[in-house]
Amino acid sequence: MTAVAAHDHHDDHHHAPHGLKRWLFSTNHKDIGTLYLWFSFAMFMVGGLMALVIRAELMYPGMQVVDPEFFNQMTTVHGLIMVFGAVMPATVGLANWMIPLMIGAPDMALPRMNNWSFWILPFAFTILIGSVLMSAFAEGNPSAPNFGWTFYAPLSTTYGPASTDLFILSVHMMGISSIMGAINVIVTVLNMRAPGMTLMKMPLFVWTWLITAFLLVAVMPVLAGAVTMMLTDRHFGTSFFDAAGGGDPVLFQHIFWFFGHPEVYIMILPSFGIVSAIIPTFARKPLFGYASMVYATASIALLSFVVWAHHMFTVGMPLAGMLFFMYMTMLISVPTGVKVFNWVATMWRGSITFELPMKWALAFVILFTCGGLSGLMLAITPADFQYHDTYFVVAHFHYVLVSGAIFSIFAAAYYWLPKWSGVMPNTFLGELHFWNSLLSVNLLFFPMHFVGLAGMPRRYADYALQFADYNWWISIGAFWFGISQLIFVAVCVLCAMKKGEKAPASPWEGAEGLEWTVPSPAPFHTFDTPPVVK
Amino acid sequence: MAEKMTKYYVPDSSPWPLSASIGLFLIAIGGANFIQQSTEFGQNTLRNTGTWGQYPLILGALWLIAVLFFWWRDTIRESVNGLHSDQLGGSYRQGMIWFIFSEVMFFGALFGALFYTRWLIIPWLGGEGSNAMTHEILWPDFQAIWPLTTAPDGRTTQVMGAWGLPAINTAILIVSSITLTIAHHALVAGERGKLILFQGLTIVLGLIFLSLQALEYVHAYDMGLTLDAGMYGSLFFFLTGFHGIHVTLGTIMLIVMFFRILKGHFSKENHFAYEATAWYWHFVDIVWLFLFVVVYWL
Ligand SMILES: [Cu+2]
Repeated sequence: MTAVAAHDHHDDHHHAPHGLKRWLFSTNHKDIGTLYLWFSFAMFMVGGLMALVIRAELMYPGMQVVDPEFFNQMTTVHGLIMVFGAVMPATVGLANWMIPLMIGAPDMALPRMNNWSFWILPFAFTILIGSVLMSAFAEGNPSAPNFGWTFYAPLSTTYGPASTDLFILSVHMMGISSIMGAINVIVTVLNMRAPGMTLMKMPLFVWTWLITAFLLVAVMPVLAGAVTMMLTDRHFGTSFFDAAGGGDPVLFQHIFWFFGHPEVYIMILPSFGIVSAIIPTFARKPLFGYASMVYATASIALLSFVVWAHHMFTVGMPLAGMLFFMYMTMLISVPTGVKVFNWVATMWRGSITFELPMKWALAFVILFTCGGLSGLMLAITPADFQYHDTYFVVAHFHYVLVSGAIFSIFAAAYYWLPKWSGVMPNTFLGELHFWNSLLSVNLLFFPMHFVGLAGMPRRYADYALQFADYNWWISIGAFWFGISQLIFVAVCVLCAMKKGEKAPASPWEGAEGLEWTVPSPAPFHTFDTPPVVK
Repeated sequence: MAEKMTKYYVPDSSPWPLSASIGLFLIAIGGANFIQQSTEFGQNTLRNTGTWGQYPLILGALWLIAVLFFWWRDTIRESVNGLHSDQLGGSYRQGMIWFIFSEVMFFGALFGALFYTRWLIIPWLGGEGSNAMTHEILWPDFQAIWPLTTAPDGRTTQVMGAWGLPAINTAILIVSSITLTIAHHALVAGERGKLILFQGLTIVLGLIFLSLQALEYVHAYDMGLTLDAGMYGSLFFFLTGFHGIHVTLGTIMLIVMFFRILKGHFSKENHFAYEATAWYWHFVDIVWLFLFVVVYWL
């Protein structure tokens, strides 16, 4: 009690908490943002290692490195970790750090709940990664989840290993974390803006995250429903995904993808916001078509609720259903096209310089568009019958998620690291990281289009001999890309140790926005008294 | 009560979020192990024969309850000491609204499963569309009728009628919504006696609802309507069961509010927790009305 009463709120310079307590018990949006970012980076490394196990096995035809059972566990847990552990927490970390700074708020709206959202994650992933370690090292090698990251029934119900139950409960934990985090973002944006910061003055990153948070609150509960049905089908005799009792395995796919498709926008919308912040800065021109960007983001989000069955064209659906989902999916390319057009138009006749964030953002625009176009190909129902579950699909979603979402997260890191750490990221290492990643990512994922169109199915530990050469190159690209990320570890560690050129409050010439009005590194408390936005 | 803050209150560091995460962790690992050792359903042969799940499960649950108690105690103290500005009240209210929205989406998934079953799965199993072969070869005797009293594999069950206990329960919940609204108005008008009376009445109605629901479940199991009796039983118990869990939670919240009223925590302007509880109770009522129509009646 005394702690509460004695807290003096008119003292802006009271000392920040120190040591372990600062991080474990934090209520500070910057510290929690930092925790999220380091955590997601660690998960990116773990998930990346699993990808390298997959690529080591696929480097040559035949079985060399792991047995097929463990290979299946690798594809499954790699996907789960990258989606729920790497990309999502990274964008939540960015939201934590940047949204209060961008809208002139003293912190996130509900600071303790913010910390809870974060601290659930390490425990949830301990459970998930623990089951992989058990599979690798424990006696009898009890299988980790092995049914693919989409955990289709009946692979995950009737045939799921014992660890499936742990997986289900860890997904529940991730869902609780995401829902609380998303509610926090929505409330912060709607209730905590500085006077004068009207909705249509908010930076686009704030807008895209507001809409992302809405999607999270809408679909994470649906995922919770799906895994709960799995649990009761496995143990309590319900028949949701079992035709013999009057249910249907396809019902699982419908519920899963009702969550799953908005989920891909949850991962990419914040990227749109990042790129919309960076391109105007380095083109030294205001963002072209701000209002149309907001409306495009909102329409993408709304359309994402009515396209889910494009993942299920081959499962057996009435013709009218297939046509509906095909046209709705194609419709999404309209607002997405608006965005790409606006980014290009922002650069048109701008005085562009190519600092590191801009390089990553440009790579994002081009490579994400490649991924978007292959997505359009996959949307065409009859064509999808051929592409479905081949490496073409793998190429598509890795273009939008790796050279899309993850590249934009790198862009954000290079853009805001000066604000977070107070020092400029090392340019030499940054250039090395960028060029190596750019070249290797294309070597890694571009040939997957070819082997996919030629008919190589995804999720197999072995393949027919005619795919051998491409797969060798793909694996070389994978190891090259993986090693390149170690350079980024060095960049981050140098910044964390404050080694490097000192950053001014606004290190980028063309940058605008409230976050650049506070010193670098941003003090522990900012905007205790809200700024007035004109 | 101290004077109200105008600045936004950002709390000092707090041990409760991390502690609550530890509670969830214990519940998850204990829960998975406990379910595996204590259930025998399904064809799952890869079962872990864990024997220790109940200890972390119970410990985690008690731990989490204790942590939430201390967490909310801190929040209540801050509120009573006037640290909560109107803006913070706005954050709490908006947060609660979005939490209820997430609950709506959870029930949406369950209702979606119900409609998908009634409109697509059952007709298709009966051979409609291009599914004639499924019907002919696997289950030639299958009758595509809803409610599904005979599953394709021959399991049979009974249908729960709408106009016995469920209709009485519908009336009880509607009346409880009205009594709660009267209590809420009494709180705003400062009529303490009326508030306590109608708050108590709402709690009693909630408890009666839960008892009748329990009675209905006993009755259902007696007549062969069980969780493992095919899709009708699955959907019936999922929808009514998750609704029942929410009513239980709502009743506990109402009881907590009752004691907080007795302690004089709320004022005309400052009663967010009470408002949130009321919203939650109305939400649970509305879910029941949908449920009554599509699960019991039609
Ligand atoms: Cu999709």
